[in-house]
Amino acid sequence: MTRYQLTLDPIACDGRGLCADLLPEMVRLDDWGFPMLVATDVPAELESRAKRAASACPMLALRLKATRTPVAVGARRR
Amino acid sequence: MSTQPNVHDATVRPGPTRSPGVPRLADWADGSLAAHLERWGPLEHPSDLVAAVEQAGLRGRGGAGFPTAVKMAAVAATAGRRRRRPVVVANGSEGEPLSAKDRTLLRRNPHLVLDGMVAAAVALGADEAVVCLPEGDATTRAAVEAARAERSGKDPVALVLEAVPHRYVTGEESALVHWLNGGPAAPTLTPPRPAERGVGRRPTLVDNVETLANVALIARFGPAWWRRVGTAEDPGTTLVTVTGAVERPGVREVALGMSLGDLLEHAGAGPSAGVLVGGYFGTCLSPFHASGAHLTRQSLGAHGASIGCGAVAVLPADCCPLAEVARVAAWLAGQSAGQCGACVHGLPALAGALAAMTAGDPTGRAARSVERWTPMVKGRGACKLPDGTAHLIESGLAAFADHVAEHQRLGACPFPGAAPVLPVPTMAARP
Repeated sequence: MTRYQLTLDPIACDGRGLCADLLPEMVRLDDWGFPMLVATDVPAELESRAKRAASACPMLALRLKATRTPVAVGARRR
Repeated sequence: MSTQPNVHDATVRPGPTRSPGVPRLADWADGSLAAHLERWGPLEHPSDLVAAVEQAGLRGRGGAGFPTAVKMAAVAATAGRRRRRPVVVANGSEGEPLSAKDRTLLRRNPHLVLDGMVAAAVALGADEAVVCLPEGDATTRAAVEAARAERSGKDPVALVLEAVPHRYVTGEESALVHWLNGGPAAPTLTPPRPAERGVGRRPTLVDNVETLANVALIARFGPAWWRRVGTAEDPGTTLVTVTGAVERPGVREVALGMSLGDLLEHAGAGPSAGVLVGGYFGTCLSPFHASGAHLTRQSLGAHGASIGCGAVAVLPADCCPLAEVARVAAWLAGQSAGQCGACVHGLPALAGALAAMTAGDPTGRAARSVERWTPMVKGRGACKLPDGTAHLIESGLAAFADHVAEHQRLGACPFPGAAPVLPVPTMAARP
């Protein structure tokens, strides 16, 4: 099953801060207005908003990376 | 740079131990190929150098202490998978103001470094090895040029010399690769690490020059011989640069595992305010902790420290250690490549708050800012400049806690105008 990880390129980021508005559960701003990731694994219920935040980043610094998590044996059938 | 204020580079001292086989790297002859071959014999190429380095347990001597064989294996794996010929880069940029061991090694024992580059290149199938020297350091360059000329045509690998900008972040391996690829000497986002995509997009092994000199010895004599010095956990020797309030500063080679207290005594350290171990990315230790520590990962690690690049600076008893940390933090902030927000804004803010603490911080406001901002900048850069600076500050505030408390209570300390101890050389800031 596909899960997503949030990554932040600190070189590309110039601190516009849209991400913290769109995804406050996972992004907070530091004292200088630059985003800090609170967590990197995107919970399923935040996926659509995480995608929106990543696509809203004007510097393309916030990215979503798809990771395949191994499904436990037998779990697929249940 | 030849005009650097930390002029302890010409002073080479015999080490304090009589361990068998020490000195090795600091067994300086006249640097000639003839003397080198007489001392060590011809370079050999074992069938599996990576395995030999792994058995030796060699870790990088540039600061991070990463297992060298793991890096070599990563380069070999990428080269095999992508069918690209790898490149070897010897990092002798030595941007650390407290360290002189790399240029000392390159000046006094250049052939051992070149041997290590050749051995690693042959083992990995590289046909080119680049040695990076600090721009403007004519003495080191001349020594390495002369050594290369002496062995011209004798190596199966092309040896290239590059002068890199003299700046703190240049030595970070992605910055070095960025520069060699024609870009600014600024760190890049990793992954990909140089082992995956480095010089000319080829898999690249970046190792410190002292690390490669050790590779040359492992290639010749094997891991068992190499491990005879040092401890089981921390085998081998390390070059150290001892500076500050000592009677006999200079570069020495010591067996890992030796007592830091013995090293300090050997260098003629008197009463001190504390010791900075590992350079400006290092850790401040109180005199008590410093004298009881050993040069092992476990012993130094218990104090949050590591040997790093081997720089050991002794702060005199009559200095203001808080002012020293504040000055170095401000300098490190100025060394930022200017790429990452937390570094660009956070480090100057931290340096400013430390300066305020030094001037007296009766309300504790500056101290609270430092406490808030050190964790805030960690892990936020493409390179480790924010982390290293934050760690230095935290360790300084812990090691000199009593002194810091005096500042807060009394406003200043008895040594307000003490001469600066830790050097903050003029270096170009932005790449």
